[in-house]
Amino acid sequence: MGYSLDFGWLADATGAIARGAATTVLLIAVTTLAGTLLSIVGAAGRRNGPLLLKRAIGIYVEVMRNTPFLVQLFFIFFGLPSIGVRLDPLLAAMLAMTLNMAAYTIEIVGAGLDAVSRGQTEAALALGLRPRQVFVKIVLPQALKVIFPALTSQIIIMMLESAVVSQIAVRELTYEADMLQARTFRAFETYFVVTIVYLILSMGLRRLLVSGGRRALGAGVS
Amino acid sequence: MIEFTFWDIVRNLLLAARWTVLLSLAAFGGGGVVGMLVLFFRIAKNKWARRLASGYIALFQGTPLLMQLFLMFFGLPMLGLRIEPWTAAALGLTFFASAYLAEIWRGGVDALPRGQWDAGASLGLHYLQELRLIILPQAFSITRAPTVGFLVQLIKSTALTSIIGFEELVRTSNAINNATFEPFTVYGLVALIFFIMCFPLTQYARSLERRAT
Repeated sequence: MGYSLDFGWLADATGAIARGAATTVLLIAVTTLAGTLLSIVGAAGRRNGPLLLKRAIGIYVEVMRNTPFLVQLFFIFFGLPSIGVRLDPLLAAMLAMTLNMAAYTIEIVGAGLDAVSRGQTEAALALGLRPRQVFVKIVLPQALKVIFPALTSQIIIMMLESAVVSQIAVRELTYEADMLQARTFRAFETYFVVTIVYLILSMGLRRLLVSGGRRALGAGVS
Repeated sequence: MIEFTFWDIVRNLLLAARWTVLLSLAAFGGGGVVGMLVLFFRIAKNKWARRLASGYIALFQGTPLLMQLFLMFFGLPMLGLRIEPWTAAALGLTFFASAYLAEIWRGGVDALPRGQWDAGASLGLHYLQELRLIILPQAFSITRAPTVGFLVQLIKSTALTSIIGFEELVRTSNAINNATFEPFTVYGLVALIFFIMCFPLTQYARSLERRAT
């Protein structure tokens, strides 16, 4: 045996780990905002849009849900330049994460919209609100409240999945870990520390989302 | 210099897809066995056994699969085990799957009315008999849809093992892409192959769900 763990390198590495974690947080923050907005538009379009749009959204959801995120990422980063769309790694990662997350959250948001009773819409229309106001002010807030737990889980899954974007050289947490272990030759210790950082991030993110959701959407959010 | 025709690419990808399928099956089977063990702990009467299993599940659900694979790949050699990408990939995905499957099945056990346990006890069955004859068959049957759904997730997750060097579909496609410089075609085809594997299972899970409600 004779292998002993060594964490002596850690003192010099905290800066790199913190920078990487900050990039991971940035990625998931952008993805959460863009993905949620996109899925609200997508879910509404899937319910009320023209037939062609409904079909297109349906196909999009199925394709994204039945292929690995890593392949989607490679397709966007390596494949798109050959038809003239060149993205830098960070942008490609944000785009891939947003498109991937939206495919899952479109279904979640859709389920929430279905859960709001028809009478709510009718009552709001009867009060003279325009259809768009009815959607934004009456239906959507109630739907978001219902789906908040599912949305939270999806955001955390996406955060964990973002480790993969290190493969296109986005300088996030996993990428920094790869660099560190190449320099220190302490692969196990490096990944062990970074795994714990991920664990803290995911637990912290869950707590933040639940308390933030409770404040924004009122009691009853868990 | 080897010339790759379109059909060479397809043929090589399909050959590599065999490893993706094999790894998925191994991880699903192994994950099922280990997941049963975790489930026993998770629903045990002993408080500490339950906590241990909860911690195990939280650990695997709260960290990236890629990190789990790295720790497996770099950690096991420290214990003196000679490890190859295949072993690390199969073991890593097995533990990953066990945590998710245990949690899915626990949901099934919890969903059963308390009376099922009481009825078993009043028939004079002991704990293990209750589980084997009454609780688990029902728990498995009501969680069939999410279990199939997780299999889809597992198949997609095998893509990550390309990063620790296991020669499955994605790793092969990287090599082909480096030789042909046709990323659009190559990754498009890889996505298509994954879709063909996953979509029928997704539809199956959906039909199970519909039948259940």
